[in-house]
Amino acid sequence: MTRHIVGRIGFYTLIALLMAFFTVPLLWLAAAPFTSDPTYEVSLPDFTFTNFQAILEHPYALGSLYNSLLLAVGTAVLVVLLAALAAYALSRVRMPGRDALLYALLLLSSIITGTAAMVPLFQLAVELNLIDSQLGLILILTGGLLPAAIFMLKDFMDSTPKSYEESARVFGASPLQIVGHVVVPLVRPGLATIGVWAIANVWGNFLMPYLLLSDIEKQPGAVIMFTLYTEGGQANLPLLSTFGLLYSVPVVLMYLFVSKKYGFRFHGGIKR
Amino acid sequence: MAAIELKGLTKVYPGGVKALDSLDLEIPDGEFFALLGPSGCGKTTLLRTIAGLETATGGAIVIGDRDVTGVQPGARDVAMVFQDYALFPHMDVTDNIAYPLRIKKVAKAARAEKAREVGERLGLAHLMDRRPGQLSGGQQQRVALARVMATQAQAFLFDEPLSNLDARLRLEARTFLKKLQRELGVTTVFVTHDQAEALAMADRMAVMENGLIRQIGTPAEVFQRPANTFVASFIGSTPMNLLDGQVRGERLEVAGCKLPVPSSVEGRLSEGEQIVYGVRPEYMTYSAEPVEGAFGGRVSIMENLGAAHLVTLEVNDTLVQVVVPEGSEPPLGAEGFAVPKDGRALVYRDGNVV
Ligand SMILES: Nc1ncnc2c1ncn2[C@@H]1O[C@H](COP(=O)(O)OP(=O)(O)OP(=O)(O)O)[C@@H](O)[C@H]1O
Ligand SMILES: [Mg+2]
Repeated sequence: MTRHIVGRIGFYTLIALLMAFFTVPLLWLAAAPFTSDPTYEVSLPDFTFTNFQAILEHPYALGSLYNSLLLAVGTAVLVVLLAALAAYALSRVRMPGRDALLYALLLLSSIITGTAAMVPLFQLAVELNLIDSQLGLILILTGGLLPAAIFMLKDFMDSTPKSYEESARVFGASPLQIVGHVVVPLVRPGLATIGVWAIANVWGNFLMPYLLLSDIEKQPGAVIMFTLYTEGGQANLPLLSTFGLLYSVPVVLMYLFVSKKYGFRFHGGIKR
Repeated sequence: MAAIELKGLTKVYPGGVKALDSLDLEIPDGEFFALLGPSGCGKTTLLRTIAGLETATGGAIVIGDRDVTGVQPGARDVAMVFQDYALFPHMDVTDNIAYPLRIKKVAKAARAEKAREVGERLGLAHLMDRRPGQLSGGQQQRVALARVMATQAQAFLFDEPLSNLDARLRLEARTFLKKLQRELGVTTVFVTHDQAEALAMADRMAVMENGLIRQIGTPAEVFQRPANTFVASFIGSTPMNLLDGQVRGERLEVAGCKLPVPSSVEGRLSEGEQIVYGVRPEYMTYSAEPVEGAFGGRVSIMENLGAAHLVTLEVNDTLVQVVVPEGSEPPLGAEGFAVPKDGRALVYRDGNVV
């Protein structure tokens, strides 16, 4: 009995420590922006807005958030569109070597946006005149995310019954109509998931924009954050914390919104 | 509306399963045709091949006077109700019913109007704004029918549309479907594995086994005169008595009893030949007194059929079943006699009716 209680206490202490480990940075992120002179410690804020004022006056901060948004949404749209079409075809058309192809793609994808491909990607971008271009960056990021997206979406499509589509087909719907009228609405939660995943991925990506964009006006938030240092080379904590907060809020909001709107699947119409 | 004709239709699935084996079938315009057979015999495959969802490996499909063997499903002008209904879960009932019209580019108002009209006819008027997930099985089935009706196709293909309904609802739906088909007059191919359903609804029917059609005919023909022992054992809610026997002079010796040769096969049997004697329990009368030319044995099992009893007689170690009307059930263990009705007994040689 005592052993049991001691075990429980130990268990919850461990949980509490783990929780603290993860909550402290979050608390800091919530408190520091509203503190006049934040340190690395979590302290009660004095609710000043001077830090926000400073961020607004920073020449690149807001613009970089806009750039982040542009890159993230642009990539997500491309990824969802292309992955949906590819996954649908791969899920519905029987062809030899399909699974091998999928796994090869998946394997290669981790290389494409990884550090190993930095130099060749840079070379490629230079050759194609896509250096310092947001479009070029979007294309490369899309390429990196596509294989995994196709893989996940194909799984999702495999699990939706074929008879919906066959039914539409017998009524004379063209393949594009079938995709538009039937498949997309049915897999919408899957598409939303992929979209969110792509946005979050691009939002947090530092390496690729840092590598491929040289114009600071085009840089996304992840790169700008890296520049928020004082002249002395110290981290500018007021600016960093405030920018960090602004930088993370959109992603959190997006998760909440999407899970509310698409966090369900349609049921019915098929008797099991 | 159009007739359907299949010529030597063959379907071999990748992997070598021969699901349809050179089928020939003619379904005249406006007929309600039932395809019956045990699980895995190729009924769904046949329907899907007619619809164009499977490509035929060999043979031809003619609908109306058009060879549609190589035509895309959407261009064949047929409509299909799937075994699982396949209603679109993200559309309400109106949009589901109107979907075929949407494909045909009918204006939104006109197709909503048509959907309402068809829905009303099938008693769906108060459900038009619901999603399929909010409907009962029977209601979903009617939506699936309504959607097919809205197409005004040349032929309807139904894949076990009643199999998901409970027994009571199924009987109602059966009558309803038959009436509807009569009114619409659209050629209909109806797949079922329920022999009672096929007998009750079809104008004509085909019984399939392993990708082959074993018999085609009206329900009465198939019930009264099964062409082979497979059909004989498959059709009928009480199984037909199929008993090994031998020709002995003017009589047949079956289960140790001497029976008269049925008039239909007189003169076509040779002495000493091994045959199978087939007679339905419904086509025999029960007698407590010894009768000439009957199965005589001991009553071993009694099963209640409602308005009648199915009595199993133990005749020299062979079981013979006979239907006895209510009120005249024999006691268990009693001596009883089952007399085949004249002209109702059949003789099978090598599995085929003589
Ligand atoms: N896509 C497929 N690939 C390979 N074989 C198949 C395929 N579909 C069906 N078969 C095989 O073809 C045969 C006929 O199948 P089918 O679905 O037509 O049977 P069915 O008569 O409709 O049976 P049930 O009453 O169970 O629905 C079966 O042996 C089945 O295993
Ligand atoms: Mg089937």
